[in-house]
Amino acid sequence: MSSLTVIDPGFLTTVQDLGRPRGEPLGLPAGGAMDRLALMAANALVGNSLGAAALEFALAGPSLRVGDCETSGALLAAAGRGFALEVGGRSVPLWMAAWARCGETVTLRSTGHGWGYLAIAGPDGIDVPEILGSRSTCLRGKFGGFQGRPLQAGDTLPLASAPAESYELAGRELPDDLIPAYSDPGGASGVLRDHPVLDVILGPQDSAFTPGAVQTFLSAEYALTPACDRMGYRLRGPVETQNLASLRPGGSEVETQDVASQAHPEKYVGARNLASLRPGGELLSEGVAFGAVQVPPDGQPIVLMADRQTTGGYPKIATVTSASLPLLAQCPAGEGTVRFRAVSVEEAQAQWRALVHSLESLG
Amino acid sequence: MFPAFAPCGDSAILVALGERIDPAFNRRVHALARRLEDSPRLGFLAAVPGYATLIVHYDPLLLDYAAALEWAQQQTRLALDAADETLPAARRVEVPVIYGGERGPDLDFVAQHAGLTPAEVVRRHTARDYPVYLIGFAPGFPYLGGMDESIAAPRLPAPRLSVPAGSVGIAGAQTGIYSVDSPGGWRLIGWTPLRLFEVVDGQPVSLLAPGDLVRFVAQP
Repeated sequence: MSSLTVIDPGFLTTVQDLGRPRGEPLGLPAGGAMDRLALMAANALVGNSLGAAALEFALAGPSLRVGDCETSGALLAAAGRGFALEVGGRSVPLWMAAWARCGETVTLRSTGHGWGYLAIAGPDGIDVPEILGSRSTCLRGKFGGFQGRPLQAGDTLPLASAPAESYELAGRELPDDLIPAYSDPGGASGVLRDHPVLDVILGPQDSAFTPGAVQTFLSAEYALTPACDRMGYRLRGPVETQNLASLRPGGSEVETQDVASQAHPEKYVGARNLASLRPGGELLSEGVAFGAVQVPPDGQPIVLMADRQTTGGYPKIATVTSASLPLLAQCPAGEGTVRFRAVSVEEAQAQWRALVHSLESLG
Repeated sequence: MFPAFAPCGDSAILVALGERIDPAFNRRVHALARRLEDSPRLGFLAAVPGYATLIVHYDPLLLDYAAALEWAQQQTRLALDAADETLPAARRVEVPVIYGGERGPDLDFVAQHAGLTPAEVVRRHTARDYPVYLIGFAPGFPYLGGMDESIAAPRLPAPRLSVPAGSVGIAGAQTGIYSVDSPGGWRLIGWTPLRLFEVVDGQPVSLLAPGDLVRFVAQP
């Protein structure tokens, strides 16, 4: 069994896979990769199952040393945005499989905004215990991944044995048409990278909003505020009056008793305004999905991301599709803007299936 | 009108059985969740209860929307049609509480506010079973229903920066137990040594599950 030793942990470097939905009934955030497409692409390149556990990092990447090798090294691939990969001092592009010789240092250098991923060949990727069907790190619950926390210098990550023929995959590149639009090597223009149009499926509570509010949502440009993290991305409409807090009278969406409003009263200043707008209405806490666009009383949307709370009490005007979530995840906080376009569930699922099947067919 | 079904994106369906807090709706929510967990379909990931709703997460690579919807509708019909006495019995969990003192600093306030003695507040607080409507907000945090409204009390004007896990509090007509250390504005009337959420040998353990019944037991 090979291992990876952490020389420099970078910032918020965690083990992630596709998340842990089975923990949600117990209040455990699902977690998983913020950019599931990049995670799956990196896994596909090194011959792993697409949902194998890999490393995710942001702002500053890790530096790791390959050790305890039973073969001559390890096959790895980096993907995502905002990082450059060096293996033993050699520069390797993202979206390409590379061979790291035993004892070599693997460094992910930050080149800008984004989430980066490093996959290592091995049946399940990083070989940490599976808990409730997932190897993802749950930071809130302090379990999963590597000891329930971000990596620290000196940590040694176990790697499962990779197939002997792994070496032959070194140098393999992801086909251009599979490289996401946000990626620099993909040759995408700045418009696609920092100002994407995101597909959404309206609902489940779009009918609680006025038609005007829904129209605003689907036509206005929203800026990503600096308040974007693994829990959620807070957006802001460009014009103060272009907010979505004009709910249909007689609807029934008001938060009345979430304890979160007590924990963070500064975030809930508008709650009384909404209550007075809609007397007697209430929104009962309910389960929420990755990509749900919830609209608190101030009318400025928050998109719920991988580490979202499992239940919430704000009405959700729409949900970002699986295929568009990576574009949002990699859009720069405080700089990027997004627009929303409504699609059907069937279109969204067909698009996601096509993407994933293309990655699977890399074999 | 109900049950109602709506897509939550391309990987989840919201099943709404009603639109108010009602123990009867909530019991059906848990019966439906149990049904889905016990007879899963390929592609089913998880069913997360709300007060009167259930969100069903599924993998769109294995189950398309039409098939997921048909399955959810069929199971919902079965859960709604089932006779009350055939629903799974709720698990009853006793929670020992040390009322008042350092870890229940607001017991006297709650008593004063209710015009009762502290002992009478404790008697009323321990006199009922509280259904766990859902778990959410934080790992293992139960949303409990059914408190005696005579001991309701307003939240603190400003929340405490840190409330220890195990604290038992009242906020409005709700009672609850902090599952992890967190800030909070509930009036604290006591503390339980039980851990509502802990990690044992790397495994997350939640004391309570949605659908359980909680009974507080006063400790001397």
